[in-house]
Amino acid sequence: MKRVLIPNRGEIALRIVRACEQLGLESVVAASEPDRDGLAARRADRVVVLGPGPASESYLRDDAIVQAALGTGCDAIHPGYGFLSESPRFARRAREHGITFVGPPTSAIELAGDKLAARFEAERAGAPVLGGGEVTSAAEASRLAREIGYPVLVKAAGGGGGRGIRQARDAAELEAIIGLARGEAATSFGDDRLYVERLVPRARHVEVQVAADEGGAVVALGDRDCSVQRRFQKLIEEGPAPGLGTDLRARLLDAAVAVARAIGYANLGTVEFVLDADTEQFFFLEINCRIQVEHPVTEAVTGRDLVALQLQIADGAPLGFTQSEIKSDGHAVECRLNAEDVTKGFMPSPGKLSIFAVPERRGLRVDTHCFAGATIPPYYDSLMAKLIAHGDDRASAIALMLDALEAVDVEGVETNRTLLAAVLGHPDFRKGAVTTDWLGAAVL
Amino acid sequence: MGLSHDDVTEILRIIDESDVDELRVETEGFKLHVVRRGAATSAPAGEPAATAATASSDTARDDLLAVPSPMLGTFYRAESPGATPFVEVGAEVEPDTTVCIIEVMKMMNSVAAGVSGRVVEICARNGERVDYGAPLFRVAP
Repeated sequence: MKRVLIPNRGEIALRIVRACEQLGLESVVAASEPDRDGLAARRADRVVVLGPGPASESYLRDDAIVQAALGTGCDAIHPGYGFLSESPRFARRAREHGITFVGPPTSAIELAGDKLAARFEAERAGAPVLGGGEVTSAAEASRLAREIGYPVLVKAAGGGGGRGIRQARDAAELEAIIGLARGEAATSFGDDRLYVERLVPRARHVEVQVAADEGGAVVALGDRDCSVQRRFQKLIEEGPAPGLGTDLRARLLDAAVAVARAIGYANLGTVEFVLDADTEQFFFLEINCRIQVEHPVTEAVTGRDLVALQLQIADGAPLGFTQSEIKSDGHAVECRLNAEDVTKGFMPSPGKLSIFAVPERRGLRVDTHCFAGATIPPYYDSLMAKLIAHGDDRASAIALMLDALEAVDVEGVETNRTLLAAVLGHPDFRKGAVTTDWLGAAVL
Repeated sequence: MGLSHDDVTEILRIIDESDVDELRVETEGFKLHVVRRGAATSAPAGEPAATAATASSDTARDDLLAVPSPMLGTFYRAESPGATPFVEVGAEVEPDTTVCIIEVMKMMNSVAAGVSGRVVEICARNGERVDYGAPLFRVAP
């Protein structure tokens, strides 16, 4: 592997460029017009412009992206997260043209994207799954829901990442939303299949970072707790997941590895679980076949460069380490600093940054593409920066993060900085892990 | 030393964004002279005509309309290899005149001029990869 095309933007594009530098690889950023002068584009060896701002005309144009790779002599594409990173069609296309797609086999990407099929395979691999199943009619949904007990979630098979999920607290609500859910699924995901799943009322979102090489070796690099969420979007993540007993942790990691192995996974991925906070039972939720936003949490605790590992695995290198060689050092917390107006329903707040300053602290890492003078365009998500605080224990990581947030100075756009600080300072959060409904109930 | 069209465009952009008024590069077999419009040049007294010509072409350049590429892809001057190019320098075009093809993954996309006028410059080479937004032609309205 010599030259990598990065059809992405923002902090993750910069992150991948840096990993390429580490490995002595050349990088080409394929950017949209508004991103052509971004930090990633400037830092890369070369930039090509895919199209105008809207993602549908740039970052989602798999033909233009493959063309850009071929035209610049790239032999690999690292898709980052979001955009086409989980598109089996894109991965297939790249591979058909002899370009290495940095990610798992196309069949695994297809499976991961079909939440229903992934559920089925996970169960076959021995992982616990929540009561539920596919429903093709309102009557079937009603029958199944009665069986597993309300409340239930109605999910789109083609959804994922928190999208395509609706809640039904009783039979009347279920009947009301089923038709709507199907129509939405067809439009949003091109797949109108739905399934019903038991809703765990007090749930924690716990996920396991897995890595597999192309020789079949699979390891679990540790777990993360991402329960601080708003409308299924993660806000704060931490690792290791607080309060997990040794036995529970071992079973969780084993289940993740078993799922990855069963579907022939390669490269890095994340197996997500729902953990019932009351019973401590865990259930497979979905598998994400790309690098995640919160990967720095695992990097802090294991001391490993996960993006570099992705590139190395894609180039055919073996993992180079065994499960027992993976260490877990201290505790790390990550906060997503977003350009959004918390007082106006979290409306995205694009604009020009007149001031953008983040502190330097021992144990603090900041991944960002922002700088004073930069413009945050309106076309994409509102993530400005990730702050990751690593301490000897959870309390010191939280203290470091609070100190860092205090010193963050952003002018020109609204941010969620004070919300992040409010969460970290909240007695519930300080005490230990919270549940996924907590942020909405206790803070917002 | 060979410079591609991309390189020249990049040099012009760098000069544009700097305080430099004049750049003169001479190597064996290659000479490049760029003058910012309106700037006093260091040309010796015996070459006023050259300076005036440079200044006037800069002025003319400002009046030209660019035809930007609507997508990233490969620029082709004709419908198929060996066929007559859609336009040459000097051709008169209307907004809906097909001026070239941009190919993306074997999909051929015709590009219309979008403006009326006379083609003064062809900015890309046949078979060259162009970015979204890159100038393909300059047209004098």
